[in-house]
Amino acid sequence: MAEKVLMKGNEAIAEAAILAGCRHYFGYPITPQTEIAAYMAKRMPKIGGCFLQAESEVAAINMVYGLASTGKRVMTSSSSPGISLKAEGLSYMAGSDLPALVVNVQRGGPGLGGIQPSQSDYFQATRGGGHGDYHMIVLAPASVQEMASLTFKGFDLAEKYRVTSMILADGTMGQMMEPVELEMGEVNEHDKSWAVTGTKMARKHNIINSLSLNSEQLEQQNFERFERYKKIEENEVMYEEFMMDDAEICVVAFGIASRVSKNAIMEARAKGIKVGMIRPITLWPFPKKALETAAEKCKAFISVELSMGQMIEDVELAIRCKRPVTLCNRVGGMIPSSEQVLATIEQVQGGLE
Amino acid sequence: MIVFEKPKALADVPFHYCPGCTHGIIHRLVAEAIDELGIEGQTIGVAPVGCSVFAYNYFNCDMVEAAHGRAPAVATGLKRSDPENHIVFTYQGDGDLASIGMAETVHAATRNENITIIFVNNAIYGMTGGQMAPTSLPGQVTQTSPYGRDPKHCGYPVKVCEMLSQLEGPEYLERVAVNNIKNIRAAKKAIKKAFENQIQGKGFSLVEVLSSCPTNWGMTPQKALEWIDEAMIPYYPLGVYKDRSAE
Amino acid sequence: MAKVTFNTELCKGCGLCVNVCPKKILELAKDKINQKGHYPAQMTDQSQCIGCAFCATMCPDCVITVEK
Repeated sequence: MAEKVLMKGNEAIAEAAILAGCRHYFGYPITPQTEIAAYMAKRMPKIGGCFLQAESEVAAINMVYGLASTGKRVMTSSSSPGISLKAEGLSYMAGSDLPALVVNVQRGGPGLGGIQPSQSDYFQATRGGGHGDYHMIVLAPASVQEMASLTFKGFDLAEKYRVTSMILADGTMGQMMEPVELEMGEVNEHDKSWAVTGTKMARKHNIINSLSLNSEQLEQQNFERFERYKKIEENEVMYEEFMMDDAEICVVAFGIASRVSKNAIMEARAKGIKVGMIRPITLWPFPKKALETAAEKCKAFISVELSMGQMIEDVELAIRCKRPVTLCNRVGGMIPSSEQVLATIEQVQGGLE
Repeated sequence: MIVFEKPKALADVPFHYCPGCTHGIIHRLVAEAIDELGIEGQTIGVAPVGCSVFAYNYFNCDMVEAAHGRAPAVATGLKRSDPENHIVFTYQGDGDLASIGMAETVHAATRNENITIIFVNNAIYGMTGGQMAPTSLPGQVTQTSPYGRDPKHCGYPVKVCEMLSQLEGPEYLERVAVNNIKNIRAAKKAIKKAFENQIQGKGFSLVEVLSSCPTNWGMTPQKALEWIDEAMIPYYPLGVYKDRSAE
Repeated sequence: MAKVTFNTELCKGCGLCVNVCPKKILELAKDKINQKGHYPAQMTDQSQCIGCAFCATMCPDCVITVEK
């Protein structure tokens, strides 16, 4: 087994990106993810890469757009208010079918909000964030190891399907230190015949573009894109099941909320409550089938979130509202405690008896 | 012997521009420079949002369509991908470059980003039907300044070359016009130099081209060319605003 | 002898070439229109052409080829 190193979540993302072959990073400083930029600023010049601090998040995402157009791996990272600024670029990248990795280390909002952890960009991430019909692959790490491995995988999925992958983390995951194994395996090669690298006078020009004034053609492009999204939904859903074998109550939580929930579930189990958890690792595509299956046996669901209740809508949709779903949440930078989650589990259990 | 023909770097596609619009001349000058320097195979152009949004259809080199105003940032990504081999130019109008994309323009300039920018200043928003541009002249009547641009109400036109020349970063800034043969020849020289600078690694080179918009100015094509002489050039004097290598 | 040819279908009849010709031997057709509906530019007296290419330089639509 490969050696483990102790790393901060944000740094694990940066190092995994480098291991994935990313040699270009464009970003703008914003708390709580600045370690990613600092790490890249230090490392990129040493490995023949390019770190460039942009004048704004808007410029950064458009530098990503330009770099991605050339078929190379590129990333940017930011936090909630910065991701709102990048939304324009994310929409254009979707419209031009460009692969890239974008990290959102979420903080509380709306507006300038705070700098403490949050999951309140769930809607923004899973619904696309910008204008138009599109999706990003949204990956939600729950450990420093996953900050690394999902970053590595995120680049691969982005290229495989020509979409943007987003790492949706939060301030806690970014600052957390844990041992990480950085053996990531081989980098897969994907078709890049669409890239603009100069025609070398050997082919017709390539055009990277999201404009299409012909409605029929634009409709076809949307259809084609959603065919790819369908394949992603069929093949790339990731989730973890925890103590679900005999569970009557199913907690649904991702990221930091899932770690808190695990503790609460173990305490509840000690009290004889049959509770388990489904932890979505991909928030889009959402593990709909896993939840639908769980709804056959589980009598109640609990959505634990650092938001006013965003993922809960996807939980209710996935189980077609067949079972009651209770929200357990804190917002504004606050994190639900395991006691709060346990209390919710006990309350839901009480309702079942 | 052929002494003048359509340059090879231009695709065999008719321009969509209005009759007498000088965008077509500027496209041709860019293509002539690409031909003469033999760089079509390594050139990547960036089209803006505005009348020249379809520029990606007109050049035979690889092309990218950018979001409104973001062309210099997109060009930065394209250039940094392979600085040794990629020749990158943007083609932007005044609304794109001097209004919504001002930050991207200024910062690409101050970084001395090794790219070439062709900045088409026709003092109006053409594609959306003739609204006031950041470069519309004081008193100029447009759809959104129907009583003439009043600087007390909405400020003064932006003089891009003058402004950027205050920065240490940029290598080369020149303002030209395409309203007569003499000016077109000077414009050609400037555009070619802006590409040569990039090839030689000198850095940010911007050529501002005073261009006509007969349709939205409400003039005949010929009168529009005269208006460049009478109204635009006095406000936007032609000439080299910065040429670091020549200093 | 200089020869000027027009890719007539590309012409939008803006007349800029007509105004710039030093020999005043260009005009917009009065009796024919191209497929786009414009009166295209044409030469009235090829023999007087000096091949200066002013017309082609001024043309915004790459209509004109000049040979000498």
